[in-house]
Amino acid sequence: MNIDPQLTRILVALVAILLFVAANAIVLVYVERKVAGHVQRRPGPYEVGFHGILQPVADAVKLMGKQLVTPGDGDRVIFWIAPLLAFAPVALCLLPITFGPRTYAFDIDLGLVLILAFAGLNVLALCLAGWGSNNKWSLLGAARSVAQNVAYEIPLLVSVLSVALATGSLNLNTITLTQGTWPWQWNWLINPVAFGIYIICAVAETNRAPFDLPEGESELTAGFHTEYSGMGFGLFFMAEYANMLVVASVATVLFLGGWNGPGAPGWWWFLVKMYAVVFFIIMLRWTFPRVRFDQLLNLSWKWLIPLALANLLVVAFIVKL
Amino acid sequence: MMTEPLQLETGDFYSRHFEKGPREDTLILNMGPQHPSTHGVLRILLELDGEYILRAEPVLGYVHRMHEKMGEVKTCHQYLMNMGRVDYLHALAWNWAHVGAVEKMLGIEVPERAEYIRVITCELNRISSHLLWWGAYLLDLGAFTPILYAFDDREFILDLLQMVTGSRLTYTYNTFGGVVADLPGDFLDGSLAFAKRMRERLPMYKDLVTDNFILRGRVEDIGHIPLEMCVRYGATGPVVRGAGKPYDTRRAEPYSVYDRFDFEIPTSDRDDAFGRYQVRLAEIEQSLRIIEQAVTGIPAGDFLNPKAPKKIKLPVGETYYAVEGARGKIGVYLQGDGGPTPYRVRLRSPTYSNLSLFSEVAGGILLPDAVSILGSLDLVIPEIDR
Repeated sequence: MNIDPQLTRILVALVAILLFVAANAIVLVYVERKVAGHVQRRPGPYEVGFHGILQPVADAVKLMGKQLVTPGDGDRVIFWIAPLLAFAPVALCLLPITFGPRTYAFDIDLGLVLILAFAGLNVLALCLAGWGSNNKWSLLGAARSVAQNVAYEIPLLVSVLSVALATGSLNLNTITLTQGTWPWQWNWLINPVAFGIYIICAVAETNRAPFDLPEGESELTAGFHTEYSGMGFGLFFMAEYANMLVVASVATVLFLGGWNGPGAPGWWWFLVKMYAVVFFIIMLRWTFPRVRFDQLLNLSWKWLIPLALANLLVVAFIVKL
Repeated sequence: MMTEPLQLETGDFYSRHFEKGPREDTLILNMGPQHPSTHGVLRILLELDGEYILRAEPVLGYVHRMHEKMGEVKTCHQYLMNMGRVDYLHALAWNWAHVGAVEKMLGIEVPERAEYIRVITCELNRISSHLLWWGAYLLDLGAFTPILYAFDDREFILDLLQMVTGSRLTYTYNTFGGVVADLPGDFLDGSLAFAKRMRERLPMYKDLVTDNFILRGRVEDIGHIPLEMCVRYGATGPVVRGAGKPYDTRRAEPYSVYDRFDFEIPTSDRDDAFGRYQVRLAEIEQSLRIIEQAVTGIPAGDFLNPKAPKKIKLPVGETYYAVEGARGKIGVYLQGDGGPTPYRVRLRSPTYSNLSLFSEVAGGILLPDAVSILGSLDLVIPEIDR
């Protein structure tokens, strides 16, 4: 029997990536709670294990032990597809990411397009969750998530496009290689406007505070996942962290030089930068109040999109010169 | 034989009433009784068009505990315990209102030291109430961190009040003719130390939160409550002061020894949520001023009038006594018929009036703004329902 080596590579990579994402989700839950604790002048989880290090395990066991409740008159199929759909595309998004000079699942020329295509699937999951729940709060959350994702996908795309235009490639490996060893050779200083827009849009795309409107705890009780219990909620929860991981990885590759770094370049530099971005996103959540929905849309349509387009034009001119 | 198709009635009395009338493509939504930002069990019926609120109607009574009726079947001493439970955040003001009404009716004299003790404890309690409001309001607006900073400071007040009253939330400290116990030795020093600490913390609150541009966007020009509307609904406290009227029971109908202290009534010219926000933060500062003056000027003497009657029997007649609570004017009306229990007790709770204007304010605003307005009214639901 003949097995395509490329297919084998992808399958192995997918398993590895799923393990990586799951491990990270567990670690990031702990990190988030610890960071939140220290921002709020309290120790955070402290009881389970040394400095609460086993807290995520306790949380996971609790979530798995919970009864799965489907709301009455809810759409059973849609309701339970949604959490799976939220989590599945993340693994595909991490496929073309170049973690190190030789550490990547597969090297395709359309890597960036692949990521952007599957990143958009997340909103479908939220939309289905809101619809299938047969709950008015969930429905409002779903409506918000669609409007928010449509509004923020555009500036995100345009800012990413300006990087692709400047480097002349959609291949993440090539983009990494065009950036040099030192921080001032990376795209975040070469193209700072795109970097700023990307970070704002990334926070909005992952539905994290201050842009956590689909969830909007104090307004919509829990938004789209109001009705989910047990691992249904747990999958959404993991998907949130996995998405955070994806946007941080893309930011690292596009703007922070990927695995490049002073001294010995390698995957460790990639991880350092990625976790720095994740840490920044976590800090944002515990620092700012939530914006209002119309303010969020105004920010995107009135400021970010024109700015991103202008930036793209400028980049195009500079490339042409 | 024709049978009527089975009509399933959904909802309860309020929602069926609310749904009547011509509606086009709108959504009826119950906000509460279990909702994170209604602070307890307030229920608000909303008619929504998208996220815009067309109509809003508060439904009350989920924590109705018959405090007024209890007042009529209990003696005044027994009823004293109820007062701390009406508004658990400013319990000492309710204590004071009831005690003051009975004292006024029976003509019981209160020693000067007791009046000073009442002022200090009541103002400390007011600060703790405002701090909790501040944290909870920002929680409503989606900022998770400030409430823990507020509780950090509030903890000092609770410790101080625990030294004096023995409890941390539902105090029963004032009694007819004074207070139940004298101040412990280090309470006055502790109050001064707290005032000093709080003055250092307030600028930090301003830098970290008040000047934040996202917060400004959420509270500025949201929920205009003009003075005329406040007067119509009988709104008091920071709501009416936020609309520019310096109405404060401590100055308008001076009671106790408040006329001896030098303090201002903070007002704001902007009648929006931010105006009310600023008024409350400024009130913390003014309360600190009162505490400092009271601590330095407190006289020695009795903390309880030794001639105060041990058994209270209200004579035939009626009386009304009002104090300024953290949320507005707290009034207690008593009517006696010479028996061991009052004939009628009526409690005027400020949040009841403050909330009643909500349905007029809420027409045409966004759902998140409704949360912002409800928070800026500083609601304590048990006080509304009584």
